[in-house]
Amino acid sequence: MSRSWTWLPVPDLRFGTTAPTGAEVAAVDAVVAGVGPATLVVGERLVLGGRHRAAARRNLLLPALHALQRAVGWISPGGLDHVCRVLEVPPAEAYGVSTFYHLFSHSEPVADSTVHVCDDIACRGVGAMGLIEDLRGAGHHVRPSPCLGQCERGPAALVQRTGVDDLSVAPAPVADVEAAIGSSSSSAAVVLPQAGSGNLHLLARVGVVDPGCLDDYRANGGYSALEAALAMGPGGVVRELTASGLSGRGGAAFPTGVKWQAVADQVGRPKHVVCNADESEPGTFKDRTLMEGDPFAIVEAMTIAGLTVGAEQGWIYVRGEYPVAAARLTAAIDAARGAGLLGDDVAASGHRFDIQLRRGAGAYICGEETALFNSIEGYRGEPRNKPPFPTTHGLFGEPTVINNVETLVNVLSIARDGGGAYAALGTERSPGTRLFCVSGRVWAPGTYEHEFGVTLGDVIEKAGGLVDGSELRAVLLGGAAGSFVGPDQMDLPLTLEATREAGLSLGSGVVMVFDQNDDIVDTVRRIAEFFRDESCGQCVPCRVGTVRQEEVLVRLDRGGSFPDERDLLDDLGSVMRDSSICGLGQTASGAVRSAIDLGLLGGVS
Amino acid sequence: MGEPRPLVQLTIDGNVVKVPEGLTILDACRREDIDTPTLCWASNLTPVNVCRVCVVEVEGSRVLVPSCSRLVEPGMVVSTDSERVRTSRKMVYELLASSVEMDRADTSVHAWMEHYGVRPERMGDRDEIATVAQPPKVQDDLYVRDYERCILCYKCVEACGDDAQHTYAIATAGRGFDAHISTESDVALPDSACVYCGNCIGVCPTGALVFRAEFDMRADGTWDEDSQQVTTTVCAFCGVGCNLELHVQDNSIVKVTSPVDHSVTSGHLCIKGRFGWQHAQS
Amino acid sequence: MWVVDPRRTTSARFADMWLGLNVGTDIALANGVAREIIHADLVNVEFVENATVGYEDFASHVEPWTLDRTAEVTGVPAEAIRDLARGYAGAATAQLMWTLGITEHHTAVDNVLALCNLALLTGHVGRWGSGLVPLRGQNNVQGGGDMGALPNKLPGFQDVADDDVRARFEGEWGTTIPPEPGWHLTQMFEAMGRGDLRAVWVIGENPADSEADVNHAREMLGRLDHLVVQDVFMTRTAEMADVVLPAALGWAESDGTVTSSERRVQRTRAAVRPPGEARQEIDVIADVAERMGSAWGRPTAEELWDELRSVSPMHGGMSWQRLEDVGGIQWPCPDEGHPGTPFLHGRLWERPIGGRRAPFSCVDDHPPVDQLTDEFPLRLTTGRVLDSYNTGVQSGKFNSPIRSGDALELSADDAGSLGLARGDRVMVSSRRGSIEMTVAVDPDLPVGLAFTTFHFPESADVNQLTSDAWDTRSGTSEFKAAAIRVEKLDVAAGA
Repeated sequence: MSRSWTWLPVPDLRFGTTAPTGAEVAAVDAVVAGVGPATLVVGERLVLGGRHRAAARRNLLLPALHALQRAVGWISPGGLDHVCRVLEVPPAEAYGVSTFYHLFSHSEPVADSTVHVCDDIACRGVGAMGLIEDLRGAGHHVRPSPCLGQCERGPAALVQRTGVDDLSVAPAPVADVEAAIGSSSSSAAVVLPQAGSGNLHLLARVGVVDPGCLDDYRANGGYSALEAALAMGPGGVVRELTASGLSGRGGAAFPTGVKWQAVADQVGRPKHVVCNADESEPGTFKDRTLMEGDPFAIVEAMTIAGLTVGAEQGWIYVRGEYPVAAARLTAAIDAARGAGLLGDDVAASGHRFDIQLRRGAGAYICGEETALFNSIEGYRGEPRNKPPFPTTHGLFGEPTVINNVETLVNVLSIARDGGGAYAALGTERSPGTRLFCVSGRVWAPGTYEHEFGVTLGDVIEKAGGLVDGSELRAVLLGGAAGSFVGPDQMDLPLTLEATREAGLSLGSGVVMVFDQNDDIVDTVRRIAEFFRDESCGQCVPCRVGTVRQEEVLVRLDRGGSFPDERDLLDDLGSVMRDSSICGLGQTASGAVRSAIDLGLLGGVS
Repeated sequence: MGEPRPLVQLTIDGNVVKVPEGLTILDACRREDIDTPTLCWASNLTPVNVCRVCVVEVEGSRVLVPSCSRLVEPGMVVSTDSERVRTSRKMVYELLASSVEMDRADTSVHAWMEHYGVRPERMGDRDEIATVAQPPKVQDDLYVRDYERCILCYKCVEACGDDAQHTYAIATAGRGFDAHISTESDVALPDSACVYCGNCIGVCPTGALVFRAEFDMRADGTWDEDSQQVTTTVCAFCGVGCNLELHVQDNSIVKVTSPVDHSVTSGHLCIKGRFGWQHAQS
Repeated sequence: MWVVDPRRTTSARFADMWLGLNVGTDIALANGVAREIIHADLVNVEFVENATVGYEDFASHVEPWTLDRTAEVTGVPAEAIRDLARGYAGAATAQLMWTLGITEHHTAVDNVLALCNLALLTGHVGRWGSGLVPLRGQNNVQGGGDMGALPNKLPGFQDVADDDVRARFEGEWGTTIPPEPGWHLTQMFEAMGRGDLRAVWVIGENPADSEADVNHAREMLGRLDHLVVQDVFMTRTAEMADVVLPAALGWAESDGTVTSSERRVQRTRAAVRPPGEARQEIDVIADVAERMGSAWGRPTAEELWDELRSVSPMHGGMSWQRLEDVGGIQWPCPDEGHPGTPFLHGRLWERPIGGRRAPFSCVDDHPPVDQLTDEFPLRLTTGRVLDSYNTGVQSGKFNSPIRSGDALELSADDAGSLGLARGDRVMVSSRRGSIEMTVAVDPDLPVGLAFTTFHFPESADVNQLTSDAWDTRSGTSEFKAAAIRVEKLDVAAGA
């Protein structure tokens, strides 16, 4: 739902009568410890409150819900009521926000831990369904989950435990999951097939540096880009960015230099830099690789963005299913602040910039930039209508640079080595390198960095090629929001222009390989189910269209007649693509459509 | 009030038109007598552009745009009746009508559905596809919330919240097809923050929110909208001066609404104006 | 937004700052705020010099009201008063809005003047977005004044003592108008007490429930030789009457006009036929006139309105048709080309000023008449709640899910020290009467303050407790400040 930009909540609130427990109070109060509650009783005759104080604290709603979930294992009525009192959030709205997210539970916990097992398109090919049964058989509380972003090492699980931090486990045999439930830390060593290769730009430090050590980062070239950026000044950074031809890696491929310039041009209002680390596209895990393997790079790149566009506040929004990434980024932010590289005087530049990290809570849609803003602001993660765009009306309605993790990390080499050197990589219209998330029936699944222009066949080959006995049936390119391509497309150069010309998209760089034994009808149905589950529900085409699309695919899966359903699928595709508010609905029929065209659904195309 | 706004020239359905800056495409269409369907739009609420039934095609835009919220721009070329527009509008109605009871929607909604040849039955057998069917919530003597008629247009949430009442007793909860209008933890309305202004009922386009008196009369078969006369008068309670529209059937007031185009209320009332009329017939 | 109220009301929850002053210390607060504005050098000097008179005297009058002294009298911390003063004076536009918490005191007029002083000091008056806004509690209390239902005014707020005005009305009406002001309501009750007022015709009012010190009011009404009540309901007052004239409902059964709080005149229209023998009030009055020897005929609402327009210049431009067409017009509207007047006192900004300068008023703090003593240690203030209206005659007929009932609200501390909990029955006594009530605890109430509504006289006849002290200029009683004692009843006594 769109809100006007001058909107402020005005409380006329009625709270519940369920008393919070001591643990609930402690968890929630800790979240506001720094700023105090929205309503401050100064004395019997003086109370500070009202809409300004409430508005200034609304962005603490999501952290407060996380704190509650962690402390008591669910969003308890008494705890939620306490959240509402402390933040002066209307209880109905807080409930609406809380029920938006998969990772918040609204019924009393049946166990001390919940195991979220990925049953999405990659993991279901490597034993996820059996894992779910085995864990349930062993008495664990299991919830099937959309893609957990561990596709190179599935099946994957996320363990949510009362009173302690979440853990991710992948691959996740039952024994490892059970070990994790009782352990204190995730064992997530970053495995990088290309580690040690000399040609890496984005991944150069991953698997090489200690992600928890600022000195190690600096010893490996860290913060040389900030130094260069400070030397050339904001105008210089934008100039090099523009010269580099860098475009956004989130899917829309908008020129990054243009975006930064637009925000730099805004005057008179606070500005923000937001790192979109809500990597949730099924089949995608490259940003996780960067966050887990080289977290300081993201902090440094955001700092350059802040100083360049004149923003004093940065925000990293990490998907809730990435506890390791969130922990390493938090540590990196703290270390950078401790070293004077964030804070009131960044690297003695005289400029202020600091970063807050926010964890998502299980909602694919929050990767959409305006939904992400709403989520940070403490509202339901519903996308806003555009225009206006984030460069003028972003986070809190203020000018905002929002880039995804991979885009930001690109900025480092551009600032350090210049836009020209960067533009020499890749192709003329797709300069630079690109990360690919290779998974499925290949020998060495993982995150790969290649120059733009590499062919699809090369990408598969560089991942070791198909596993023994596999015959290539199709590749899902770009993720669930992307398209299936057939074996005839192995020579397709992976550039922005060539994929666009072929009616495809690189999306988030997903290359998921399917062979003759994979059940593609089931995969397509799972994709449809994914969009149904992840639709925010705001607009009719997506809310109902994704349901109807899945119903058709279920009917087909059960042997329904494809020709009978063809017109309906076409019309559903049309209305979702043409009339949905955001990219989720607009792309929800793409993979289905491409599967039809390739004859993968059995029918005649 | 204020300076006359500069004019913007654009093309709608092949005709060059000039309209003041700051208007939406929907405003411009209405000025040109181009009838455009709406569901979630209302003159007294901020556009939320969620129903998508007002979409139009704008040259250069990859996707259709909601006319209710998109402002006119110089040189815009708008088509309101292209094949893509017709397909989308028809589909929106079919998606809604296949999942929601639309029988009490405004007559204009039914006219549009006929216009676009809507056939919700092609979505599948009603018993086998997802719908929002559920029993009505009757929790007090003033309101009934009959959510199997809810198209999730957000109007009630806006009227309860920052567009009128600032009470925030209801919000959207859940997600996707499970998204629904709810109090906190679905508590009964009398236990919520609701102040019974009835403004949510006033803006509901499909009869999902209904006054208890009307609900009971419909159940008894005595509700006869055609015989009702509507008279505008002024509320008898406080000094604000809200205008009331008294809906009278058989010399009895059966419903109270407020004119949306009146500057004092913009269609909104409080509990006394909305329900305080019983003393007129005791 | 600042909310100044002894109670932390719903409105106070909307506010950036709530100042919970002691009941009846409004003038002290206003004087303290004024002094702070002066000392902070935030006076709108240009406005004060051009548009006001008496500034020097006023400035020395408020000089003793230091922040500390104001804090001591009002109970509000000094920093909050300072913040309020500077915030109000420093705002580009600011309004002072009030309702009966200002006017239901024995210092009612002085309370209002104290607020006017602040607007004059800062120039927050006579401009779009700024002003002094008394919020009317009833749908046509403004209209009653417009029509001359005031002891000293003829329609259109024209002074009855003005010979020219009177001559004009006498010419129009063919009758003689006495030049002396009549009595306001409180004076009428005094006249009943003296025996000077022997017969009363009450139209659409229920003083037997709504007057302060209602036992006294009932006694006075009972002494009358003749009481006529014209109403839509058999109210407690009607039950005392010798003659009851059943009337049609103004808002749903009659054509006419009402004037809202913002001086907007709007049409009411008959939507339903009145029941039984109920008649249009115009017809009732015309019939009585006829029996008294004046043949007024059967004027329609529009004819009556046109007569008003002919004698009241501020209504002159509001033709019946215009009221239909534009949905209400704010007076003054002298001619049919005039759009109406959204805000008043714009003349104060004309240079040179249009008309006379606005005077500062030196007003003093006077605590409530009904003093707190050991015998009556708690301060009772009364008020209204959202879903109810006055004595409940109109609002009591629908089944409101949010009806709060007639409880006596106490602070948590007072309830505790009296050994009371929610739901306990108590005897509440003031110097005028005693009633039984049920206790509720409002955790936001300051210690020493009690609150109740007066919407439910059938079950809690609250006005037996309220104070009959009144402001001699406005005639309004001090409903907002009674001294009471609360005693717990055991269940047997309450049963």
